Amino acid sequence: MAKKIHVTTTINGEQFEFLCEARHSLLEVLRDIVGLTGSKEGCDNGNCGACSVLMDGVPVDSCLVLGVEAQGADITTVEGIAEDGHLHPLQQCFLEGAALQCGICTPGFLVTARALLDRIPAPSEQEIRCELAGNICRCTGYDKIVRSVQDAAKMLAEQKS
Amino acid sequence: MDRDFNPAQVLRDPSDSYKVLGTRPVRHDGVDKVTGRAVYGDDVRLPGLLHGSVLRSPHAHASIKSIDTSRAQEHPGVLAVATSEDFGELENKIGNLGEGPVNLAHLGANCLAARKVLYKGHPVAAIAARSVHEARAALSLIEVEYEPLPSVTWVLDAMKEDAPLLHHDVFTDKMGKKATKPSNVGCHLHFERGDVDAAFGDCDLVVEREFKTASVHQGYIEPHVSTAHWNSDGHITVWTSTQGAFTARQQTAEVLQVPISQVTVVPCEIGGGFGGKIPIYLEPVCAVLSRKSGRPVKMRMARDEVFEATGPTPGSFMRVKIGMKGTKIHAAEAWLAYDAGAFPGGMIGPGCMCVFSCYDIENARVDGYDVCMNKPKTQAYRAPGATQAAFAMESVVDEISGKLGIDPVELRLANAAKEGTKRVDGPVYPRVGLVETLEAARSHDHYKSDLEGPWRGRGVASGFWFNIGLKSSATVHCNPDGTVTLLEGSTDIGGTRTSVAMQLAETLGIGAMDVKPQVADTDSVGYTDVTGGSRVTFATGMAAHEAGRDLIRQMSERAAVIWECDVAEVSFADGTFSRRDGEGGEECSSSFKELAGRLLETGGLITARASVNPQVSTNGFGTHVCDVEVDPETGKVTILRYTAIQDAGKAIHPSYVEGQMQGGAVQGIGWALNEEYIFDDDDHMTNPTMLDYRMPTALDVPMIDTVIVEVPNPGHPFGVRGVGETPIVAPPAAVANAIAAATGLRMTELPMSPPRVCAALLERGGGDS
Repeated sequence: MAKKIHVTTTINGEQFEFLCEARHSLLEVLRDIVGLTGSKEGCDNGNCGACSVLMDGVPVDSCLVLGVEAQGADITTVEGIAEDGHLHPLQQCFLEGAALQCGICTPGFLVTARALLDRIPAPSEQEIRCELAGNICRCTGYDKIVRSVQDAAKMLAEQKS
Repeated sequence: MDRDFNPAQVLRDPSDSYKVLGTRPVRHDGVDKVTGRAVYGDDVRLPGLLHGSVLRSPHAHASIKSIDTSRAQEHPGVLAVATSEDFGELENKIGNLGEGPVNLAHLGANCLAARKVLYKGHPVAAIAARSVHEARAALSLIEVEYEPLPSVTWVLDAMKEDAPLLHHDVFTDKMGKKATKPSNVGCHLHFERGDVDAAFGDCDLVVEREFKTASVHQGYIEPHVSTAHWNSDGHITVWTSTQGAFTARQQTAEVLQVPISQVTVVPCEIGGGFGGKIPIYLEPVCAVLSRKSGRPVKMRMARDEVFEATGPTPGSFMRVKIGMKGTKIHAAEAWLAYDAGAFPGGMIGPGCMCVFSCYDIENARVDGYDVCMNKPKTQAYRAPGATQAAFAMESVVDEISGKLGIDPVELRLANAAKEGTKRVDGPVYPRVGLVETLEAARSHDHYKSDLEGPWRGRGVASGFWFNIGLKSSATVHCNPDGTVTLLEGSTDIGGTRTSVAMQLAETLGIGAMDVKPQVADTDSVGYTDVTGGSRVTFATGMAAHEAGRDLIRQMSERAAVIWECDVAEVSFADGTFSRRDGEGGEECSSSFKELAGRLLETGGLITARASVNPQVSTNGFGTHVCDVEVDPETGKVTILRYTAIQDAGKAIHPSYVEGQMQGGAVQGIGWALNEEYIFDDDDHMTNPTMLDYRMPTALDVPMIDTVIVEVPNPGHPFGVRGVGETPIVAPPAAVANAIAAATGLRMTELPMSPPRVCAALLERGGGDS
């Protein structure tokens, strides 16, 4: 059995310690060691974005990050998008805007969109489409996803004002 | 790209006065799916779980001389190894699996190859180990001796007399008559009506064209994943990502040759299917590995395994010939050859039935061929077989409208199928809504708008899918707080928990959120066919409505007990039970909730149920309008604007109807412009990754405008027709017609990818648009 490495990291605001093999991806660590199965594996090579998480605020494909690279990092997964038991405006708008059908890509879209709105509070349609181009959805044709991100941006702006 | 978009449009039937139907509540399973809590196939966790991996053929076609698994079995961490010998000998028996007949020997041999491998990626053996890494590492220790054979992956080559033969036990079936010599052609279908040859002689314009389409994949984001536990009492439980728990149970039991009652299938949340998750692949392999190891075993495919060994929908070669007399289609002929893939039984049947299905044509003939070749067994993909055929037919209709100088919508209106139209394969349409979708297109802002600029063009196309009925069940438990729990067997891929629950709510006169829908396993709900065929909102909705009526009947009996009257005096309307003002009796009334609260004191809570089996097509028609811009330097086609119009019968939850239309349109755009299986000289797929296969991203498409037309289906209590499949049918033709308008070039091969469009422009010699 491969030697295991001790890693200390922060996941969704909580400090975690885990042991993983050098070959384990962050996605495997999150799903199989930490037990957060919200991040999904669609391709395991960075093409589909279903495993997107935020690493120090930047969206990454967790299948392309090694578990050991999480040492000292601040990781946010879809399970950490809701705050204080309340859905994030993105989650609320995805629900009200019917932005998911099968839902397997939804965690990745939410995480990526959250990073976008953190950076650009009022993105244009083109900016949204560019930012989300690394996340593939096969069900919706993207229309309702893009609209829901626009709606969430408005909701966040209203909350701030 | 920023522009105002049309708000949602629903052209509602004026007589409808529903309270719940047509509203847009948040889906019942929504919170779990935006918080990461929903349990999909790969999220199943069991004590002692092992992980499996599959050894796959490196050849497109080969005989298996021997398989030696002994070294793998000794590898540390390996607990079981399986080959096709573990299935036992499967006979050439035809089983009916709900969506059509399946040869069980072929089904088993597709899960684990017996004697021969028929495509690169064909499963040969499988290993269960403590971790997926150990299982994968041990695969290389299995020694397989192959004798490679010549292979074929193009349909016309596979039909040749001297083509490499895949099966010695496949004989061409021509409308019930079997040939005596084995062939790659599984069947030859023939449909004919009128006097076709004479009719072509009467025509004043005849256009004949040939078309090719590439194999494309359904492209669900969740890879196939299954977990099985073969308990020591012999009972097998399978947790799987499937479109149909009951058909998965039947297929698994048949391949394992155990009684069906020995298998329970627990359907997990499913990350997309589009037809590709109707067949089984991993389920019986997991079960065998579990039997041999004594532990539950999970297997998940990698993305290249999904591309190389599951799903694709047929590539095709098609010839369509249309004869016009004035503006009427007077004669039509089609010759269609579709890939079956490694085993016979592809999508040629619906292809033949759909090719002329949008038109009223007196004289028509269709010949169709189902052709085996060294690709994965083709599977259903959203309106299976119809999209290819519509690409051919709708392109020819568009060319004719140009030659006649008639608006393409007007030409379609002059020939559109309507009530009483007889299709070439026999059925006569009841009330259908194609004309209404064409009229909606004609009056839509998009169609009326000017499209200016060079290299830009607009295309129109219509599409049809049958939309099936089949078997569905529903069980309803009435709770004392006035809510009801709804158990259904239809796995929910796109919000059908809610569209079914809303129909029950409307029936009971309660709110959509007062219904608590659950998708149940095969031991917990009545038999239900697959989530496919655009059937769930139609047929499972019908079952929920029937179960609701059963609940009302039973609750009326309780009301009669409370009011001390005859049950015949109790009536139910708008969510209220009431007693008519009979002779001497007083008027009484009770809301659904009030009466539910008194069930415990009047004999206990009530369970109602229903099973339905509508044996009908509901006939879904749509018309799409597409504007494109072609880059003459690169051949890249950009979709500028897109509008999808469809008759939904009744849109139960308009947001999810729009979602089906938008999603189907974008899948069709991907099929039109980019997606294809590319094979090398060894017939190996060279692009089995999502980046190289290249499905549309958010950056590739604009907003997709929708218009829902409601022409109620007379065969459903609320007029539902189903919507899922029709939207993928028209797009490739609509895009091709737009490219023709933009460039003057008629593209006859899918995908119309930049290299193909560029080559076509270069061949013509450039010039202006």
